[in-house]
Amino acid sequence: MSEVVSAPILPVGRPRATPMSQRMSRMVWRLLIAAIYLFLLAPLIVVFIVSFDTRPYIAFPPAGFSFGSYIALVHNTGFIHGFVVSLIVGIIVSCLSTVCGTMAALALARYDFRGKALISWLFVSPLLVPHIVLGMALMLVLSPLYLTDTYTGLVIAHLGITLPYVIRTVSMSLMTVDIRCEEAARVLGANAWTVLRRVTFPLIWSGLAAGAIIAFLISFDEAVIALFVVGANATTLPVAIYKYVEYKTDPQVAALSVVMILISLFFVVLIERTAGLKRALQ
Amino acid sequence: MASNVLPHAPSRAAFKFDRLAPFALMAPALLALLLTFGLPIAWLVVTSFSVPDSAAPGTGAFTSYALIAEQKYYWGVLGTTIKLGVCCALLTVLLAYPLAMFLARTTSRWRSLLVALAISPLLTSMIVRTYGWMILLSDNGVINGTLRALHVIDTPLPIANNFFATVIAIAEVLLPYALLAMMSGFGRINKELENAAAVLGASPLRVFLRVILPLSLPGVATATLLIFVLSVSSFVVPQLMGGGRVFVLATEVFSEATVTLNWQLAAALSMVLLVIFGVLISLYQRAIKALEY
Repeated sequence: MSEVVSAPILPVGRPRATPMSQRMSRMVWRLLIAAIYLFLLAPLIVVFIVSFDTRPYIAFPPAGFSFGSYIALVHNTGFIHGFVVSLIVGIIVSCLSTVCGTMAALALARYDFRGKALISWLFVSPLLVPHIVLGMALMLVLSPLYLTDTYTGLVIAHLGITLPYVIRTVSMSLMTVDIRCEEAARVLGANAWTVLRRVTFPLIWSGLAAGAIIAFLISFDEAVIALFVVGANATTLPVAIYKYVEYKTDPQVAALSVVMILISLFFVVLIERTAGLKRALQ
Repeated sequence: MASNVLPHAPSRAAFKFDRLAPFALMAPALLALLLTFGLPIAWLVVTSFSVPDSAAPGTGAFTSYALIAEQKYYWGVLGTTIKLGVCCALLTVLLAYPLAMFLARTTSRWRSLLVALAISPLLTSMIVRTYGWMILLSDNGVINGTLRALHVIDTPLPIANNFFATVIAIAEVLLPYALLAMMSGFGRINKELENAAAVLGASPLRVFLRVILPLSLPGVATATLLIFVLSVSSFVVPQLMGGGRVFVLATEVFSEATVTLNWQLAAALSMVLLVIFGVLISLYQRAIKALEY
């Protein structure tokens, strides 16, 4: 009896170190996660390293370090042309997509009407079609109209795939915004346009910006549809890289890829800062 | 004074505008979609049923489809496409599972950075990532070069320009999609259930095997379906990494459209791909909705 009474009620003792097995499994777990991250980022890392190589062909480990490939880029007219085309098309597509998409998102998020579910589905439907099929379809339509190999054709080709993203991003923004602000403005006598201009837009501008940036990036990076629509006069940067990579493998492509990655990364950081990447991409 | 503050009763004109407002707002987007998406797809369907100019008179509307159904070659192409889809889906989901679990549950302050790090490759061009894999896997590339430098092998491993290379590259390219799909699944698992299991004496391994794993399976299933659908329609990776040896539906469409210039056949092949893709994607969206109770 006395042993029971004198036994301590609360466990006392020096804190035990985490058992070896638990530390080992935690280490293994962390290594596994790191390995998967490495797998995920490997191609981007490798492209980065190879771009500084001095040899005119792809090999590893790199023989030296130089900016030679980057300098050669500036003189590569094919790539420069592709970059300019991609930039212009991207900006036009982004603007058109954002304007049309925002208007559509406003209609979907602020009004109720017959056929709303069907129309919502229609706006998302381009995402249900693989790009190879869409590229083929666009080529069939643009060819007889002589719109292939033109800026117009490229803009038309990319508009369809960027609209759903803009509509989705702006709709999410509109739905998370407190609608009572708009209602209050209405009650205080503002007409629809004033509410839009002075209440709604300031509240959703980050979603709008994210949508515009996503639209630009999608158009800038898009390769498959562009492959069907480009030609000698108007070719996009991804297509220029694709054609180059098919037959040659010199590090200039690596340098160009790094530039493209940095551009994309810049915009990714921008989206993360304005609207949050995970939300925007879902 | 009160009459200045109260809203006016809507005039008849204002009321009519209000009813039309949503349609007026949506008109540009609908028009754009019609022109850039609806019309081309409709024309694609029509073309798949048309007859090439060079064909003999009297050939029916189904010639292209009949050609696909008769020739063993196209069944082989379909088989390779499905095989690619299955292999990619399995590998991608296997690799994404630990990462999704980690990211969905980690409480580290670097969490949002780690998530962004995992997802941001999506916003770089697929061509760039595929090029990176070409460098990694080619005979003089990273893996072979390193193994040779360490004298582990003498001749380069055949890990490039074949089906294997295509699967690896597609798995990496689509990994972020699988990640996104599964992370929400993990987020839905109630932590209380794990705590209950631990309190009842289960080791962490048992908690994982008997609680977490079964509950995560619906998310895994939808991710698998998604990756299957996306890899079945991939073009750039099989074309660049397959070394001209991997024939999938997408590469067939491209070669018929740009090399053989048999646009009707290319359209018919596209329709096959479209139907497969459309059916599976709607299954996927239904699965997602079923999970979002």
